[in-house]
Amino acid sequence: MAEKKSGAQIVWESLLREGVEVVFGLPGGATLPIYDALAKYEYPIRHVLVTHEQGAAHMADGYGRATGRVGVCMATSGPGATNLTTGLATAYMDSSPVVAITGQVPTSLLGRDGFQEADIHGVTMTITKHNYLVTDVRALAQVIKEAFYIARTGRPGPVLIDICKDVQQAETEYVYPDEVNLPGYRPTLTAADPDAISRAAHLLNLAERPIILAGHGVIIANAEDELIHLAEKAHIPVATSLLGIGAIPQTHPLSIGWGGMHGEAFTNYALQESDVMLVVGARLDDRLTGAFSTFAPKARIIHLDLDPAELGKNLRIDIPLVGDAKLTLRELIPLVEPNQHTSWMEQIAEWKRDTDRRDLLAQETDDLVPPFIVRQLWHLTDGGNCIVVTDVGQHQMWEAQYFLHVKRRGLFTSGGLGTMGFALPAAIGVQLGRPNETVWVIAGDGGFQMTMGELSTVAKEGLPLKIAIFNNGYLGMVRQWQDVFYNKRYASTALYNPDFVKIADAYGIPATRVTDRAGVATAIRQAQAHNGPFLIDFRVEPFTNVYPMVAPGKSNADMIRRPLPAEVEEE
Amino acid sequence: MKHTIIAWMEDKPGVLSRVAGLFRRRNFNIESLTVGHSETPGISRMTFVVDGDDRQIYQVQAQLFKLINVTAIEDVTHEPTVIRELALIKVRADNTNRAEIIQLVDIYRANIVDVDVDSLIIQIAGSQERIDSLVKLLSNFGILEMVRTGQVAMVRGGNTRPPVRHNGVS
Repeated sequence: MAEKKSGAQIVWESLLREGVEVVFGLPGGATLPIYDALAKYEYPIRHVLVTHEQGAAHMADGYGRATGRVGVCMATSGPGATNLTTGLATAYMDSSPVVAITGQVPTSLLGRDGFQEADIHGVTMTITKHNYLVTDVRALAQVIKEAFYIARTGRPGPVLIDICKDVQQAETEYVYPDEVNLPGYRPTLTAADPDAISRAAHLLNLAERPIILAGHGVIIANAEDELIHLAEKAHIPVATSLLGIGAIPQTHPLSIGWGGMHGEAFTNYALQESDVMLVVGARLDDRLTGAFSTFAPKARIIHLDLDPAELGKNLRIDIPLVGDAKLTLRELIPLVEPNQHTSWMEQIAEWKRDTDRRDLLAQETDDLVPPFIVRQLWHLTDGGNCIVVTDVGQHQMWEAQYFLHVKRRGLFTSGGLGTMGFALPAAIGVQLGRPNETVWVIAGDGGFQMTMGELSTVAKEGLPLKIAIFNNGYLGMVRQWQDVFYNKRYASTALYNPDFVKIADAYGIPATRVTDRAGVATAIRQAQAHNGPFLIDFRVEPFTNVYPMVAPGKSNADMIRRPLPAEVEEE
Repeated sequence: MKHTIIAWMEDKPGVLSRVAGLFRRRNFNIESLTVGHSETPGISRMTFVVDGDDRQIYQVQAQLFKLINVTAIEDVTHEPTVIRELALIKVRADNTNRAEIIQLVDIYRANIVDVDVDSLIIQIAGSQERIDSLVKLLSNFGILEMVRTGQVAMVRGGNTRPPVRHNGVS
């Protein structure tokens, strides 16, 4: 007969069985038994105390993205649980493996609106891959087993387990199950249908202007090698989505940047003019496609995804492929013929030269514009040999445009949900998952302040994050939209900022301020030389806009471009 | 066009909430929905009628398929299928018109399941059209109350279904 254990012990012992090394959380009334068991039995799991539960969810998300293993966060009932929701929705949109454990009021109080009761099971139903409410300690081990299995398999995603307080205290015989019993869950773990693959190959072989659009799914499936092999064999240029950045080194001759509303203009032209498009592991969301009806009008589209619900969701697909990206590409490679698309590549190069002519960095100005900082950072990290975690807004777009990512799993950002406040806590998770790598946080002054309290976590855990704030005194991207679409009426976008150097100092984190181009390299070197966290407050030119820009509901063919220098002079 | 779809799901807490939440969040136009036990213990069977174009009909199935507790889905619209609905209709009835109502009930092969001095409860099981038709006729007498279950469906013939699992590609 197995030994009896409390629900609280079962939580930790099951986490150990799942290989969990770190848990991000903040204790409260409804999780006291779980935390007490951690102290009493000294389980070898690092608990990272956060400042706010939203941070815990972003940290688990960052850890999950950086390692491919499940990130775990923990919160108490009621407000603790509801504080997790932004992080869970972020992880869900970007397919990140997370298990969230929440305490709940005792079963006898369920539904009675007692102190700190919130129906987090109901609340998170549509922002998690699956969720559980555990009211019987005998079900707990099975639920944890299933939650981890669901979170990491197929299309990864967050799973929440809500555990009543009395369940944590009750005892049962503990046996960790070897298998899950989920008759309704059979994730796609195989290659796509062979007939469909050969039809896809046929289409690619006939194409004159083929293009691959690589998304986050390539990275999640670890299919980068297969993707590059396919592209090289058939000589097909590779564009990516924002979250697909890193699927192919951006210095590769076939890499043609990333597309979308603020993607590279030459990338958008290539996507629009292609005649056959192979989409791999991308959701084709509106930020990438522009108006759905106008996207890539000449292209026959082959869409490979392991989630059947993504096929045909937004666009009409000519050949849907339901399959694992790595296994399916392996089957596809032998069927595509070696090819040369020289004139097509030359056309794309011509569009690229036009993009280069309009480059902000090609213009004669001494302003401290954010792209200049991004480029400097890239050079000073030996050509991008570091991990970057960005927040959401203008700086996020500039980082994606000017930092050439060569490292795999080297960029983490909130793409789908667009969660401001993501960068700092997510980077904490990333750094703990990849302790031997340098992690740079790039955030705007608006988003940074949303989760700035996690500087305490950075300092407490002694994490050597390098934090760059692109401080323009505005909610910059919103200000830009007001610029372009609302006749420069800057409603509520100017910020009242604290002194970020003093803020860092208050946490014992060294920091410096940079106000001109001359100071950029020095500050970055200073941050790199410091053995610990370091913050740089870059006071950037406040009215610089991100180009290109596609107006909402418009076609990617109708991008608003940065004027050529000659056109500026004429004005 | 309207599609009749059957979904099998584990009888777990919250499963109805998940399905209803999905229909709401994805903006699917559900015309009718019924759920009850299937022949397998622990598995509920839902029949729903959804109106939409091909993309929407595919999406509703593919999204349902993603719910962990949903074990199988089948679109039976183009199958030979028995589709039935049950209705209880309480009609105003007294000595002057009771005979006439009973005649109608006979014609429609419905049943009278309750009689009172001034009312009748009529039970009818059948296709939606047949029930609509009886309801229209009974409305002349004054319908006091009505409840309809929504449609349930079963494919004809001896093949035991369930359930080919929805393969995800239309």
